[in-house]
Amino acid sequence: MSTVVDEITHRQHVGTVDYTPKDFKAPIDVRWCAGCGGYSILAQVQRIMPGLGIPKEKIVFISGIGCSSRFPYYMDVYGVHSLHGRAIAIASGLKIARPELSLWIATGDGDCMSIGGNHFIHACRRNVNLNVIMFNNGVYSLTKGQYSPTSQQGQITKSSPLGVLDDPFNPASLALGSGASLVARGYDGDPKNLQYLFERAAQHNGFSFVEVYANCVIYNDGAFDLFTRKETRNEHSILLEHGKPLIFGDNKDKGIKLDGFKPTIVSIADGKYSVNDLLVHDEQDSTLAFILANMTYNPEMPRPMGVFQAIERKTYEQKVEDQIAYYSGKPGAGKLENLLIDEDSWEIK
Amino acid sequence: MEKQVQYLEEAVIRFAGDSGDGMQLVGTLFSNTSGSIGNDVNTFPDYPSEIRAPEGTLYGVSAYQIQFGQKRINTPGNKIDLLVAMNASSLKVNLPHVKKGALIIVNSAGFDEKNLRLAKYQKNPLEDNSLSDYQVVPLNISGLVKEELKDSQISPKYVDRTKNIFALGMTYWLYDRPLHHTEKWLEGKFGKKADILASNKRVLKAGWEFANTSEIFKTQFKIKHSDMKPGYYRNITGNHAVAIGLVIAAHKANMPLFLGSYPITPATEILHFISGYKEYKVKHLQAEDEIAGVCSAIGASYGGFFAATTTSGPGLSLKVEAIGLAVILELPLVIVDVQRGGPSTGLPTKPEQSDLFMAMYGRHGEAPLPIVAATSASDCFDMTIEAGRLAIKYMTPVILLTDGYLAQGTNPWKIPNLDELPDIHPTFVTNPEGFAPYKRDPQTLARLWAIPGTQGLEHRIGGLEKEDITGLVTQDPANHQKMVDIRAKKIENIVNDIPLAVVEGEQHGDLLILGWGGTYGAIKDAFDKLRSDGKKVSYCHLKHLNPFPKNLEQILKSFKRILIPELNMGHLRTIIRSTYLIDSIGLNKVQGLPLNAYEVEDKVNELLKVKE
Repeated sequence: MSTVVDEITHRQHVGTVDYTPKDFKAPIDVRWCAGCGGYSILAQVQRIMPGLGIPKEKIVFISGIGCSSRFPYYMDVYGVHSLHGRAIAIASGLKIARPELSLWIATGDGDCMSIGGNHFIHACRRNVNLNVIMFNNGVYSLTKGQYSPTSQQGQITKSSPLGVLDDPFNPASLALGSGASLVARGYDGDPKNLQYLFERAAQHNGFSFVEVYANCVIYNDGAFDLFTRKETRNEHSILLEHGKPLIFGDNKDKGIKLDGFKPTIVSIADGKYSVNDLLVHDEQDSTLAFILANMTYNPEMPRPMGVFQAIERKTYEQKVEDQIAYYSGKPGAGKLENLLIDEDSWEIK
Repeated sequence: MEKQVQYLEEAVIRFAGDSGDGMQLVGTLFSNTSGSIGNDVNTFPDYPSEIRAPEGTLYGVSAYQIQFGQKRINTPGNKIDLLVAMNASSLKVNLPHVKKGALIIVNSAGFDEKNLRLAKYQKNPLEDNSLSDYQVVPLNISGLVKEELKDSQISPKYVDRTKNIFALGMTYWLYDRPLHHTEKWLEGKFGKKADILASNKRVLKAGWEFANTSEIFKTQFKIKHSDMKPGYYRNITGNHAVAIGLVIAAHKANMPLFLGSYPITPATEILHFISGYKEYKVKHLQAEDEIAGVCSAIGASYGGFFAATTTSGPGLSLKVEAIGLAVILELPLVIVDVQRGGPSTGLPTKPEQSDLFMAMYGRHGEAPLPIVAATSASDCFDMTIEAGRLAIKYMTPVILLTDGYLAQGTNPWKIPNLDELPDIHPTFVTNPEGFAPYKRDPQTLARLWAIPGTQGLEHRIGGLEKEDITGLVTQDPANHQKMVDIRAKKIENIVNDIPLAVVEGEQHGDLLILGWGGTYGAIKDAFDKLRSDGKKVSYCHLKHLNPFPKNLEQILKSFKRILIPELNMGHLRTIIRSTYLIDSIGLNKVQGLPLNAYEVEDKVNELLKVKE
């Protein structure tokens, strides 16, 4: 039986897929605060979309609740603005139903890691091919400034006037520990790298988690300045690039060397160590990914940016398709009369 | 010896034993055989909620009750005519349900010192004359199967496990049933294990022969077959009927099926069945929690799938926010709630009808949705199709209420001819010309349905209030009022698309019994009994609870008094009162047990003594 859904699923796009970023802009005003990190994320997503070569009707953005979650309204593709924390659960059902769709999730640190934490970790382990962009601003903004699961200890917010007591989640470690196959981090002020990370997420056949440091000008302004501002970022952040040694610093004179499992900072300027002694990033090494992700809240270490891990693993929806193909392909399979009449049935004449 | 033959209209038997004694199996086999010879059948499995309760204990008793007969059988019956008890605990637990004078076959090997101690019997009840009100037949069934299979190669442990089949063979003689249906089943089950198959067949036959030749059983009971309509039948549980119903409803809508679900008693079997339907291209997700169960179904529905989620009370509590989302997204979704005793964890394996309020009102904001309820195990199939029809046609979530009693019990299901079931027509649109996401079918008020993949129809929907037609986000006061009114009107309009309520008995008069959902069988039995006793009482049973059938108000106003029996503290009664300003009398039972016919009879008789 061919269903309408089957027909739409396999329908070819009429005309060329020749878009410009403008084609992805929905005809409504963006309502984030002036200076919000969201603008950059939206712009970079719209910029990379034409290059993906995916027809607009095959792209769906799903969001939860929060500032970030207004995102689908701004994209001229299919979109659902859903419930607080539930975007990944809804998207999982849609992706399993319709694996050919390109599915994107716009979420925030509260939406994704707090109320939606359960769906997040389980989508990571199932490896549903979703592209999750998490706007991390370290605060609940739409509810006007309470601390979030990525707020730092001591942070002053409306609901922590005397300082946050909780330890924060490190999103990259949580994603890696939950089995996410692609884990990356970028920040709003680096459009080039963000575009690269979003492209990587789009191309990755599996669950992709891109954490983006997004400045909230109203409730947590400057939270990530150390890692994102021109004056300080070279000394306090490091870009992970596959196959390249880990070098950072204003003068590119520092590197990361592994001392056992412990990453340490060494100088490559004083002659003791050279580039050859440094750790070389390998996206397919999950042990390394954990070590690098765990540098995140270590004040002595530069904050890692880029792709922590990218490992190919069969997706959940593909496994569903395989199982269906196997069992529906057996001789005599799929006959509804066998579902209705079984060995215990009887006939009254 | 010469055996006597006694003809019966119907009988109630119960197999009871330890969890490992195979009582559910022989109960099922007995009911299938009874169905196959044209009796109507209704069953009730009664097993412990412990997974492997310690052997011989009172709380480890597992039982299976069957009522079968010539006429329509609406319930598994009340008092038992024949009890088969495999050990002391199963006798103790089940004795209160046995009719005075009834036959009790006990396996005397299950009454040794240890069994008696575990059953907390001070003295052996087989020896102390405490069972003198019954015809007790103590048989060493363990010894009988050992004797029968003494030359067999199978292990002594397995030999002892065939005692349930021996007992089944005896009951087949007692009620004059053929062996071949069970033999065929054994061949299917043990076809590849010749020893085991042969042993079971021998023991089945030996049980039959024993009852036939022994002087202990002097009477054989015969029950004529019913006038069942020609066709194929099978005994089916409510949960199985829901699972098959979902597949068939999706088929009738020409849509692929998706189930998002999380394990919960007593609804889990629906997930079990559906997860095995890969050959029918059914997709499912055993989600990480109840919320993801419903949310994944909403996602699949958004993608154009016939989507469902299955749960019980605590799960429904967790799903209500997402159900509200489906209401405002106006996406079709079937929510099956297999009701159990509450609040909280309550009585997980026991039936109740106490989720009606939650189905009706359990969402924040103005969020009406259709509610339907099944009346029997096999009716779960029909009402699943009905829930799907309403969901797809009106672009709305629909709640189907069944309960733990329907879910586990069985009755014969006349397997439908698929061509006779109604087609379901989704409102998919593919033409971009003049499309808007909240444009509606003027008849049904269902919004147009454009699914991802449809070129030129890209649009956004969401939980924020949307502008009529365009679907743009807006907080315009008049628009919100309008959208709330439209969503309500859409559900109210369904009244024109559901069957009228039917009154059995006089169409007006003094007393009407009004029931809903899973209590149908018990009330129907009571009603039939009362009518045959010449009592003036009428009966109406509801399967559509929101909206109510169009003629319900007129029916209610045609009676001076209305009795509403329900397994809750008065949900339907309250809704009837608030809807029609009509008061009624409640018969409210919340004991984790199904309604009994005699409870309704007693109440009606009590009411009829006091003329209004």
